[in-house]
Amino acid sequence: MSVLSKSPWIIHYDGSSCNGCDIEVLASLMPRYDVERFGVINTGNPKHADILLLTGSINEQNKPVVQNIYNQMPNPKVVIAVGICATSGGVFRECYNVLGGADKVVPVDVYAPSCPIRPEALIDAVVKALGILEKKKAASLAEEVKK
Amino acid sequence: MSKRTIIPFGPQHPVLPEPIHLDLVLEDEKVVEAIPSIGFIHRGLEKLVEKKDFQEYTYVAERICGICSFIHGLTYCMAVEELMKIEVPERAQYLRTIWSELSRIHSHLLWLGLTADGFGFESLFMESWKIREYILDIIEETTGGRVIFGSAKVGGVRRDIAPAKLEEIVKKLRVYQKKINDLGMVFLDDTTVKHRTQGVGILTTENAKALGAVGPMLRASGVAMDIRMMGYAAYGKIGFAPIVETEGDCYSRCKVRIRELAQSIDIIEKCVQQMKEGVIEAKVTGFPNGEFFARSEQPRGEVIYYAKANGTKFLQRLRVRTPTFANITPLLEILKGCQLADVPILVLTIDPCISCAER
Repeated sequence: MSVLSKSPWIIHYDGSSCNGCDIEVLASLMPRYDVERFGVINTGNPKHADILLLTGSINEQNKPVVQNIYNQMPNPKVVIAVGICATSGGVFRECYNVLGGADKVVPVDVYAPSCPIRPEALIDAVVKALGILEKKKAASLAEEVKK
Repeated sequence: MSKRTIIPFGPQHPVLPEPIHLDLVLEDEKVVEAIPSIGFIHRGLEKLVEKKDFQEYTYVAERICGICSFIHGLTYCMAVEELMKIEVPERAQYLRTIWSELSRIHSHLLWLGLTADGFGFESLFMESWKIREYILDIIEETTGGRVIFGSAKVGGVRRDIAPAKLEEIVKKLRVYQKKINDLGMVFLDDTTVKHRTQGVGILTTENAKALGAVGPMLRASGVAMDIRMMGYAAYGKIGFAPIVETEGDCYSRCKVRIRELAQSIDIIEKCVQQMKEGVIEAKVTGFPNGEFFARSEQPRGEVIYYAKANGTKFLQRLRVRTPTFANITPLLEILKGCQLADVPILVLTIDPCISCAER
């Protein structure tokens, strides 16, 4: 385990969610679930973040915003699609302004579908993301060695 | 005149759980104008009535907003029931009232927490959300969901609450009331908190009326206006008087919401006392026809549902006017002339729910 996976910093962006998942993301930081005890910190700055939590589906207007946040994050980075809307569009799939899930614009590593997500499921997704983060880091190290 | 600067605020901003974008025009530290741009969460839910039938759409209506979810579903059902001339059983009306008030309590506690975070009082934020979890437990025990209840339905409610459970809820709420009182004391008596909220963002009564403010924003400016006074669901049987404050600043808006927490607990108690055994749903036959405006009071203010149907299983048109949308104009008014450091607390003071506003 490297330092990175012991205290991952997350950034949360609300695509076009109904708020349900967003408040559950915040609720995970609260005394009941308290992910901060694992060193997980919710940051507002993409340049400080390792994990991007995307809630809600993608539409024309938030597409560049999501891409911008993703591009600003340093490597290695992991994207979690939180909730069914970020996974596939969910109940809003048929809406005219919904393009689909988060994977339409950024590569998604972990899908955590449910409506809305429960804090337990969210924490589970973040733990899963840590393994992927670790693998990505090892891969980029190996590449550097090769060079 | 000093140089003007434009500072973009949002859509991704640490103080906002949801995206809204404001262009703040500054003269030194003073905001002279705020230009909003919204639409980051627009999904096009109103158009979806053409693809989901009127019963199914209840679930979509609940997902217009994840915080005031139940009241959205309820208001939609009220509109459809009026079109179909369905008489909702009395017990269902009381259950609807109880769930509405529970969702108001959790929403106000959520707001208190976010506001505390907005002025940098982290432990108060945690404390508010800790109490909110207790309320969510009650909601989960009675409906199965934490934030989206799924218990409103055209013609009544989907689930009943056993009398013993109701008694237990009242007992629990009495204990939480003490915790909420302690929490309220910090918000209302603490010098540092008062320093951030008193006299900040004053909305006069005239402005509140002229700009069409709704909900706690309007009541804190001295206007006694609450749709619960109209007596929908069981509010008519319980008797209801709105909570009004007169100062119109952030402190008053905070006070209105804290007093409403106590009021909601009282309403739930009265409901439990008055409720009688009975059926919880009426039979639904046929399809809606005609048009109707349904109004109800959300934690953030008045919500209006306009439904138009032509006797098929799909509604022809649905229009939702949400409280946050109405409160954006007053927000722009109170932002004028404020200090840049006060912007987060002023944006939070309207209790913004962008996903409602943009649908």
